[in-house]
Amino acid sequence: MALLALSAEAHAAGSAAATDPLNSPGWNAMRERFFKQQPIVFDERVHVSAPDHAEDPLAVPVTVSAENLGPVQEIVIIADLNPIQKILSLTPTQAVAGLSFRFKVEQSTPVRAAMQTRDGIWHVGGQWISASGGGCTAPSLGSTGLWQDHLGEMSARLWAHSGERSERLRLRIIHPMDTGLAAGIPAFYLDTITVHDTASAELATLHLFEPVAENPVFSLDLYGHGAVVVDAHDIQGDHFSAQVQP
Amino acid sequence: MRPAPLLLLVCGLLPAAWAANDYRLEAQPLAEGVYAFIGRTEEFSRDNGGNIVNTGFIVGSDGVIVIDTGPSRQYGEQQRAAIARATPLPVRQVYLTHAHPDHFLGNQAYGTGLVAALPATTAAIESSGEALSANLYRLIGGWMIGTEVVVPQGTARDGPVTIAGRKLRLIGMAGHTDSDLMIYDEFTKTLFAGDLVFYQRAPTTPNANIGRWLAALDAIDQLDITTVVPGHGPVIRGRSGIEQTRVYLQWLSATLHGAADRGLDMVEVMALPIPERFRTLGAVKTEYTRSVVHLYPKFELEALPRAQRPPAQAGP
Repeated sequence: MALLALSAEAHAAGSAAATDPLNSPGWNAMRERFFKQQPIVFDERVHVSAPDHAEDPLAVPVTVSAENLGPVQEIVIIADLNPIQKILSLTPTQAVAGLSFRFKVEQSTPVRAAMQTRDGIWHVGGQWISASGGGCTAPSLGSTGLWQDHLGEMSARLWAHSGERSERLRLRIIHPMDTGLAAGIPAFYLDTITVHDTASAELATLHLFEPVAENPVFSLDLYGHGAVVVDAHDIQGDHFSAQVQP
Repeated sequence: MRPAPLLLLVCGLLPAAWAANDYRLEAQPLAEGVYAFIGRTEEFSRDNGGNIVNTGFIVGSDGVIVIDTGPSRQYGEQQRAAIARATPLPVRQVYLTHAHPDHFLGNQAYGTGLVAALPATTAAIESSGEALSANLYRLIGGWMIGTEVVVPQGTARDGPVTIAGRKLRLIGMAGHTDSDLMIYDEFTKTLFAGDLVFYQRAPTTPNANIGRWLAALDAIDQLDITTVVPGHGPVIRGRSGIEQTRVYLQWLSATLHGAADRGLDMVEVMALPIPERFRTLGAVKTEYTRSVVHLYPKFELEALPRAQRPPAQAGP
């Protein structure tokens, strides 16, 4: 697959579209909408791990990782058959190519990670998640009042990976992440989270969209061993900031 | 022209479906006047029709006490018919152990007047019954034909009670759900434990509080018991089901706590190995995965301290 990608970029896009390993009716639309004419291949080195069934359609856990893919510029996560397909993107500037997150699912759908390597090629992996649905059109559970008093509060912790040059950041932010699809409740969600070191060097940037679960929890593996600063913005212009000590 | 052939064609599947929907319930005698219907130690499927649950009944001097009504209207009706084969006495009382769909969706066979539950169980059936029923339709399909949620009108209260000449002790607890009722028969020392005890089948946790559940198991240990009917799994002579449930819940709790403290995310926790001693429990991989979804958010929050705002120079 890697050889194919490097030797025949132009071909790769075409053959990729013809052979979606997940056999999804939504794949061609996803490719045109999010990747246009860019070269794209299905690649088994991109791992998307999630339970087969969405026990809680409001928060389906997903872990994305890559194996021997080389440096990755950007990661895009999509769910073909969700009413809003794009879940998030990650720029792992100084971070391992991968992350964990949770998202809202409306019906059974593939969830995919597309990782763009430095040569511009998108490498796509994914799996199906079966769901009885309702996650995207439900109001946030905290919309009865809890979050108003705690909006933007962050809980976080860093773990140094022993023997490696990275550390894990786990981060939770209180936010309703309303999709706008529940009757009478407008869209209201975090759209950007940046992680810097204390010298303001960017480590990773997340762009979030409506399907990310309420009170989102993320795990990122960052290069370096030290304190980090997290800045988060939502679509109403709120800015939240926190420092996390190792 | 007779319409019958067309009708037969359209409905051709129905007789077959109805014929297949036989739960083959057989009352298993456990002690004098005490019987149970033992379900399979599986997950819900269209093959088992939701008969993965244990229900039972106690025959008193002039009537019958039923414990749980099963996953569907047809189960309830077939349960009632099987009881009638065992005794001519009428059903005087039906107790529901808790508000999970496999335990109360057979209520229609008895009607509202006979069915009693703890107040919080009744409230949960009122608020969540329809959603639970809809979900079970998705899982077991045609076995659910005609099933509707029947909210109990009777109230069960913690303490001794005599029904149909039989001395019972109603024990109101929590842990598997917010509201778990056990029925203890004083005469035969039989405990219908509901889902506070699982045996040879992995416990389910969608509404569980493990701390309260372990406390409930400690309380069960204080009872003088000869026989335990667990909510799921074979009947137990003695305490091994209590101990098995306890050990599993302790492992689950310790595993989730340890994972949160090591910084694992949910999918990584799901991939942790299940110890050899639990691998024979029915549905253990599925239930462990579900339990991570149900319970891990609380454990991980406990492991994530509140983050402080950065020093002032960082922002406007």
